[in-house]
Amino acid sequence: MIPFDFEYYKPATVAEACETYRTLQEQKKSVVYYSGGTEFITLARVNQISADAVIDLKGIPEVQVLEMQGDQFIVGSAVTLNQIAESRLFPLLAQTVRGVADHNSRNKITIGGNLGSRLSYREGVLPLLLADCKVRVAGGMKGEGERVVSLSDVFDKQLNLEQGEFLLQILVDKEYLDLPYVHLKKTKQSKVDYPLVSVAALVKDKEIRMAFSGICEYPFRLGEIEEVVNNTTFARKEQLKQVVGKLPAAILDDLHGSAGYREFVFRNVVQETIDALEWAQK
Amino acid sequence: MISNGKSKTVIELHVNGDSHEVMVRSGDTLLDILREQLGLSGAKRSCENGDCGACTVLADGKPIHSCLSLAIESCDQSLMTIEGLMGSPIQQAFVDNWAIQCGFCTPGFILNCHALATEHPNASDEVIEEWMCSNLCRCTGYQEIKEAVQSVVRASGNA
Amino acid sequence: MTTNQGWKSVGNPEQRIDAVEKAAGTVKYIGDFAMPGLLHAKLVTSTHAHAKILSIHTEEAWKVPGVRAIVTGEMFPFHIGPILADRPPLAWEKVRYYGEPVAIVVADHEYQAKQAVQKVQVEYQPLPVVNSVQQAFETGAPLVHENSSQYMKIISNVYPVPGTNIGSHIKIRKGDFQTAWLSCEEIFEATYSFNLTDHVAMETRSTRVEITPSGKVVVHSCTQSPFTIKKVFNQFFNIAVGNIVVHAPLVGGAFGGKGTVQLEPLAYLASKAVGGKLVKLENSREEDMITSPCHIGLKATISLGATKEGKLVAGKYTFLVDSGAYTDQAAGITRAAALDCTGPYNIPNVWCDSYCMYTNHPFATSFRGYGHPELTFAVERTMDQLARKLNLDPIRFRLLNTIKPGDTSPTQTLLDANNIGDAAKCIERAKELIQWDQGQRRETGERKVRSKGISLFWKTSTTATNAQAGTVLTFEADGSVNLNCAAIEVGQGAKTVLAQILAEKLKMDLKDIHVTMELNSQYDPHQWRTVASSTTFLAGRAVLAAAEDAIRQLKKTAGIAMQCSPEDLDVGGGRVYLKANPEYGVQIKDIALGYKYPNGHTVEGQIIGSGKYVQRHLTPMDENTGFGKPGPWWSVGAQAVEVEWDPKDYTYKILKAITVLDGGTIINPMMATQQMRGGMSLGLSFASSEGFIFDQQGIVRNPQLRTYKIMRFGEQPEEYLVDFIETPNIDGPYGARGIGEYGVIGAAAALGNSLSTAAGVELNHLPLIPELIWQAKQGKEEEL
Ligand SMILES: Cc1cc2nc3c(=O)[nH]c(=O)nc-3n(C[C@H](O)[C@H](O)[C@H](O)COP(=O)(O)OP(=O)(O)OC[C@H]3O[C@@H](n4cnc5c(N)ncnc54)[C@H](O)[C@@H]3O)c2cc1C
Ligand code: FES
Ligand code: FES
Repeated sequence: MIPFDFEYYKPATVAEACETYRTLQEQKKSVVYYSGGTEFITLARVNQISADAVIDLKGIPEVQVLEMQGDQFIVGSAVTLNQIAESRLFPLLAQTVRGVADHNSRNKITIGGNLGSRLSYREGVLPLLLADCKVRVAGGMKGEGERVVSLSDVFDKQLNLEQGEFLLQILVDKEYLDLPYVHLKKTKQSKVDYPLVSVAALVKDKEIRMAFSGICEYPFRLGEIEEVVNNTTFARKEQLKQVVGKLPAAILDDLHGSAGYREFVFRNVVQETIDALEWAQK
Repeated sequence: MISNGKSKTVIELHVNGDSHEVMVRSGDTLLDILREQLGLSGAKRSCENGDCGACTVLADGKPIHSCLSLAIESCDQSLMTIEGLMGSPIQQAFVDNWAIQCGFCTPGFILNCHALATEHPNASDEVIEEWMCSNLCRCTGYQEIKEAVQSVVRASGNA
Repeated sequence: MTTNQGWKSVGNPEQRIDAVEKAAGTVKYIGDFAMPGLLHAKLVTSTHAHAKILSIHTEEAWKVPGVRAIVTGEMFPFHIGPILADRPPLAWEKVRYYGEPVAIVVADHEYQAKQAVQKVQVEYQPLPVVNSVQQAFETGAPLVHENSSQYMKIISNVYPVPGTNIGSHIKIRKGDFQTAWLSCEEIFEATYSFNLTDHVAMETRSTRVEITPSGKVVVHSCTQSPFTIKKVFNQFFNIAVGNIVVHAPLVGGAFGGKGTVQLEPLAYLASKAVGGKLVKLENSREEDMITSPCHIGLKATISLGATKEGKLVAGKYTFLVDSGAYTDQAAGITRAAALDCTGPYNIPNVWCDSYCMYTNHPFATSFRGYGHPELTFAVERTMDQLARKLNLDPIRFRLLNTIKPGDTSPTQTLLDANNIGDAAKCIERAKELIQWDQGQRRETGERKVRSKGISLFWKTSTTATNAQAGTVLTFEADGSVNLNCAAIEVGQGAKTVLAQILAEKLKMDLKDIHVTMELNSQYDPHQWRTVASSTTFLAGRAVLAAAEDAIRQLKKTAGIAMQCSPEDLDVGGGRVYLKANPEYGVQIKDIALGYKYPNGHTVEGQIIGSGKYVQRHLTPMDENTGFGKPGPWWSVGAQAVEVEWDPKDYTYKILKAITVLDGGTIINPMMATQQMRGGMSLGLSFASSEGFIFDQQGIVRNPQLRTYKIMRFGEQPEEYLVDFIETPNIDGPYGARGIGEYGVIGAAAALGNSLSTAAGVELNHLPLIPELIWQAKQGKEEEL
């Protein structure tokens, strides 16, 4: 039960959603977009988030799309993680989101919500960062227009949309869907848990790409790390040392694991990933 | 557009084949309304955080944590609670396999298993585990639950 | 059928009598009750672990629509507690743990109460936090309780030390430890520790209280101790015992956590504040974990001395029990751990100091095993390490020292074949089941390590010396029987076991026995509590006594009907018949409500069987030596665990978990197996992943199941093996001993032993997460 009172809107079109947002803004109300809603509900129950109104995006047809359209794989932002896992159109994405939360929750958690999460993990973004994908964004204060931009333009550490904007769809080029890939997730102990380290990797043009979550306080993909990983002149031990040295931020030290242990797990995971993909580099 | 202001609104919920009008606040979860207004207390409140599965119900056949849904967003779904599943083979399997102790987790497990058996009548052990690890049980050692589920979802590989 | 054999129930795997309803989801647990007009209470809880309460402002909270009352600590400035009355139900003057109840808000709806709770402003002045038992023990440590000497002792065996954080100090002095220690040829000492954990029953605690216009206080609660609620309300609220009625429905798991009285007094104060109206107070998961009592933490140091050949000579035990802010049952656990401190080993010279330590942590109460899983972890890890030092096989070392009839316990109770089971037999059987002889540690093809660990355990049930139970049997016109007894069904199968005992005694079909599942303290005879694995024993004996009473009456009525002497008759198969000529008899249904002559004239009337049993010959412990007889018997057993450990990343999988228990006669083998597996699962979960994590300020950082992980489906051992040795206990019903808690006791130790062997490093702290093994290995191996 959420103790505070708020208004709930479930628009049926993008235009309706934009209109609703603007109206609420004019009334000086705080608004939260709502997709799977699991994060909103759990935070609201314990008063860690508040809102005067929520706009449930699930009624908009575009956000429910999950299919190939020409050379593009389209994932609507309100598609649930289980739908993605079951569709298997993008195996790396399927496997990665299968590692998030538990099966019941994944019937509710959406990819848009996972990307927009306040938690630091956002594991669903890892394959998308590797696949140079684009996103279709709607809403905002300026007009009703939609825009298509690269994911990297709006996702740096977290989803950074303009005020009032929301994610409509994710567009992945076909050529990325069937590349050799690996996903590994390591937790403190239980399988159903936040990651100590989660890594998604694929091989494109004989180069390994890797994106990480859990190790630092945001998910990332980093060219410098990939350079080291793809530099075959390094001895493995040296390579791992270099990779650790290139991490973009301090290693997390929290109740899931100390920084020292996380680093140990991270090294293992990087090594395991490279070992598993080495064949595809040749 | 479906909407609800800050005061309560009447919505219709479709549960176990029947339609019910209920008065909800936006902040009421599906779990709250099933239990408090429809008397369907088979869905249990245990963590209200998506961590335990005691509140499992089926929405359009899929198992969800009803503590992670608002009642108002569930009005276009076909819902099923344990009360809608009388005398199923799964219930019998839980009895026969000693999969029940205090019984508090039982409705959640049974509904989840029902959905699994419907969607994957030949689920492998791996799939069984993927589905069933949404639910926590503190009394049993899970072995009996596993045996009960396997007896219903008989995978060719491990029958 | 007229012979006895056809009506055997004891020893049969009868289906649980509650299973069908539970599978249907129709069982009503405490929280399943909803009613218009029911008021809802919510707690304002402390945001500090240790602080002075400077002021509480409720003005803003009162503005929330629907608020009917706000109760704060000064409205009941008294201390309560089961052993030492040291806890104000609502904090007053100061708070002693993060999550402690500070105020209660009562409102028409739960969400209103929750809104108002947010608006109660409490001003605190932080005090230095006592954040570990070690710190608590140091001289000059900040005091959690300044005036512990003034607290009322509810039970005599509790010894607070004024001016310190010691809530109770229990001593065991057996033999001459000092002299014996000097004579030991091999000695070993180590320290063990783990933080407080939680029961995590899937049902959170919940209660409803109303005060009727005539002054009756009606309590509905998911409790293991309904009669203790009455006692506490009488002691502290001054309500006549007879005016307190307690209802307890089936309970959704308890594990000891529902044995203490915590929410009920709060709900009473809430109801009183609204003129006696019915008020519901239900814990959220977070409150259930930290506001309501949890499970102790421990720091234990054990020194064992032996001869070169491996015969134990002397043992010294220091237990610092982290009881959190209040002693509650932790004071009893401190004592229970002391009196069984050696584990099931014969050690002639014992020195034990067991301290119940106050800290600024959530307070602890009983947990399945009552101190024994905890002490067993320390004892059995020590046994393994000493065996290594002595170069002895761990099982051989244990067998050399296993306690037997003729030996004495740490409290110097003389053991005989009846009061102690057969520990040696248990370990021999466990050894077979785990295939010990095939090697304790081996490397597999996939560069993993498989290894085995073993542990022995024992436990006596420290019930009150006057612990008792009663039973009333009434008969229906169809000859079936209603069994009324105050044993609480928490999932352990108590009601089924009692029905089986009755069926066996009346030689009756189990389906003709109707057990009242819910408790009403006005109808059900008094029972001590449903804890300490004592229910089969106490209530079982009461059922037998009631059955005998009913049989006596049945024979009397039948004797009139059949015009013979009652001595010539036997009862069985729903009939009373002539021993000499079983075809000759009457149906119970024809005499259940009296025997009616053909002319209508009726004699004897209905059969009402009643019976009782009270614990005998228990004595309290001596303050200075521990001398005394604490419990009626010891159950002993052995457990073993096999793991597969990955030396690369230190993760592991539990392959096998084994329990062999001497449970006396096993009334229902499947249900007993269910109990053992569940116990192992609880113990392995506790050992492998549980524990509260505190920050520097004593704040619990993981009061949710998202971050406090318990075992999930798929994480359980691949195989559980359970076997029983059945050394009958002549006092128990049909020779049964208690079994409820035992599956949990040695699990942590066996896991610790197997992982230590696998990793080649001594793992003496819990939880055994891969990071802990990694840490232990640090410094032993160079970095990757
Ligand atoms: C039991 C459980 C376990 C979890 N475990 C993991 C885990 O292992 N790894 C992990 O990465 N995460 C995990 N999570 C976190 C989960 O992925 C996030 O909380 C996610 O936000 C939930 O998605 P939702 O659709 O339900 O969210 P919502 O509550 O609907 O939204 C979450 C946030 O995203 C914003 N948002 C939603 N949709 C859009 C959109 N279309 N455009 C812009 N913003 C949007 C919302 O405004 C909100 O701020 C777990 C969550 C739960 C409940
Ligand atoms: S109550 Fe919904 S998952 Fe626990
Ligand atoms: S049977 Fe009690 S929680 Fe599963």
